[in-house]
Amino acid sequence: MSTLAEEIKKPKTINSADRPSANALEHEAIYIIREVAAQFEKPVLLFSGGKDSITLVRLAQKAFWPAKIPFPLMHIDTGHNFPETIEFRDKLVEELGVELIVRNVQDSIDQGKVVEETGKYASRNMLQTTTLLDAIEEFKFDACIGGARRDEEKARAKERIFSVRDDFGQWDEKNQRPELFDMLNGQIEMGQNVRVFPISNWTELDVWSYIQKENIEIPSIYFAHKRNTFLRDGLIWSAEDGVVFRAEDEKVEERIVRFRTVGDMSCTAAVESHADTIDKVVSEIRDSKISERGARIDDKRSEAAMEKRKQQGYF
Amino acid sequence: MEVLKIATAGSVDDGKSTLIGRLLYDTKSLTDDKLEAIERTSKQKGYDYLDFSLATDGLVAEREQGITIDVAHIYFSTATKSYIIADTPGHVEYTRNMVTGASTSQAAIILIDARKGVIEQTNRHFFINNLLRIKDVIVAINKMDLVDFSEDAFNDIKADFEELMDKRDYQDQKITFIPVSALKGDNVVNRSQSMDWYKGQTLLEHLEELDLQDIYNVGTPRFPVQYVIRPKTEEFHDFRGFAGKVYGGELSVGDEVVVLPSMTRSKIKAIYFYDTEYQTAPRRSSVTITLEDEVNVSRGDMLVKVGDLPIVDKQLTATISWMDSNQLTVGGKYVLQHGVNKALAKVDAIDHKIHPDYSGIEENVSSLNMNDIAKVRLKLNKPIFYDKFKEHRTNGSFIIIDSRTNHTAGVGFIE
Repeated sequence: MSTLAEEIKKPKTINSADRPSANALEHEAIYIIREVAAQFEKPVLLFSGGKDSITLVRLAQKAFWPAKIPFPLMHIDTGHNFPETIEFRDKLVEELGVELIVRNVQDSIDQGKVVEETGKYASRNMLQTTTLLDAIEEFKFDACIGGARRDEEKARAKERIFSVRDDFGQWDEKNQRPELFDMLNGQIEMGQNVRVFPISNWTELDVWSYIQKENIEIPSIYFAHKRNTFLRDGLIWSAEDGVVFRAEDEKVEERIVRFRTVGDMSCTAAVESHADTIDKVVSEIRDSKISERGARIDDKRSEAAMEKRKQQGYF
Repeated sequence: MEVLKIATAGSVDDGKSTLIGRLLYDTKSLTDDKLEAIERTSKQKGYDYLDFSLATDGLVAEREQGITIDVAHIYFSTATKSYIIADTPGHVEYTRNMVTGASTSQAAIILIDARKGVIEQTNRHFFINNLLRIKDVIVAINKMDLVDFSEDAFNDIKADFEELMDKRDYQDQKITFIPVSALKGDNVVNRSQSMDWYKGQTLLEHLEELDLQDIYNVGTPRFPVQYVIRPKTEEFHDFRGFAGKVYGGELSVGDEVVVLPSMTRSKIKAIYFYDTEYQTAPRRSSVTITLEDEVNVSRGDMLVKVGDLPIVDKQLTATISWMDSNQLTVGGKYVLQHGVNKALAKVDAIDHKIHPDYSGIEENVSSLNMNDIAKVRLKLNKPIFYDKFKEHRTNGSFIIIDSRTNHTAGVGFIE
């Protein structure tokens, strides 16, 4: 057995062709995704068409190659998605040859399970929770892989990698299972499910750098483009597609913008940017003085907005 | 980029959250919107300083009580490293969170309030970091501004702490003392203007210089099989790949290996990471391995190098840290998860309880409560393949699952 001293004396091999890249976060995420496939009967990958879930898909490809990803993707469609995202989603699924499940918030509204918000700040972001929980029950999913990251928001910073939810999809933040070393405990009772966050430890910059290094295709709205927009509360909103409520006195102007996160259109503001390539986006993020969720109005509702949504089963 | 995980431990009001906030602030990791939120809330509360703990205490109950309840993860990076801080609460009742935070960390910061010195909590924090064999521990003596930046105060506390160091089990642990004022920013990122007598590094300078090669666990290679990949496609008709993460050492194509528990021998034929073949799988890489021979391998099995066998046994002695509100009792049956392998375990005996404040042991114990640490003997329904914890952090540890609740009820470090 080699001792620590011997180990250090050994020459460090830096021939990169000889061994895979040492991206600790990538190896950790692949390990987590493989644990999901091994420990659960009906896992699903929650796919929003955003950069984080696109990154998850690449990691899942890596985890199981040369086999296909052994679980379906599911999109909870708010009906307020950027058309570019939907186009992108359909193309990706076809290339991967995996099953895509789509469940619509509009259906939950039509069935009277949720009521559409009205007014200036109306958003379908909250309504997604009901549609998601119904879909989990419909397909009897026992594990849902999501692209949430701990650096996004401070309630998320407390989230486990395997996060157990009860029958009502609720997060019991004071009674979370300790996670020790690499060991992930996926034992659950009937009716419970686990939300799994393989890129928990990635930062926004880690995700963008990975997309750059891996040359992963992402929807065009992440890059600078011309768009009709209007200003409200210091944030830039899309005036296209008629999804975001706009008061008559809110003037439409064309601006060069891009989106830093791609959620529901009604709660995702744009940022002024000329970053029209991945290299420019990465350097913009590196120098940014505003956090990613600074343009997410859903978090600004209160200091505890995210924690409350999570307790109710939000992803 | 290198990722360094650090666990922080301190008692209530030692200023742990402030220290982390200071690290974020002085490395310019706090974005304008987060900073504005901190300024706004600090002003609302009537403070004349910035309350950085607002950046880390994420739960409503934490902000209400002004304490940290659960492990939070905080991220920042410099030009050389990415840092992940596991911010663990310091109250007696949250020992389990400290163990949890330390288990994934390669370095630890223990905070001491310069006015209070070494207290019982400090003993516990040190005990846990030593039990988990954290290679590099920084003792940050905080609130130096409140003791007039006195060198004597610093030296007195250091001397008290050094007495503790004689009692530790893991003597190779490297310990560094740094006098800081998190609130004023002395010796955290920037050098103090008020403590000329201190010639050592600032906290960040120390962290920046840590070499991960030195502090990661090293030993013999262990490859626990997570998942068997069988594509069953035209192109990969006979492909049987064993997916897993390499621990302790590295594996290369051509290595002669033994499959546990079957003890079958074979040779590594190929190592894949995604669609590329590599000669070597380094430590902590998630790869897929194929073997020369048709060997029966399934999840929970382990590949090891010929001549480097772990211990294969149905019984073991371990130091257990109990984390559940239901007691551990002698005769109790649990699920033992060792890496990705599982076995049924029965508690054969509790040798003794260990007081984590270095005040000795307690014999004739028949049950353990949450936050207890004890030496326990277990019998298993089948052999597992383990190393001693002091030789192999990953292959020498396990978790205990209570199958009535499915909770992770404890963690064990094998002797």
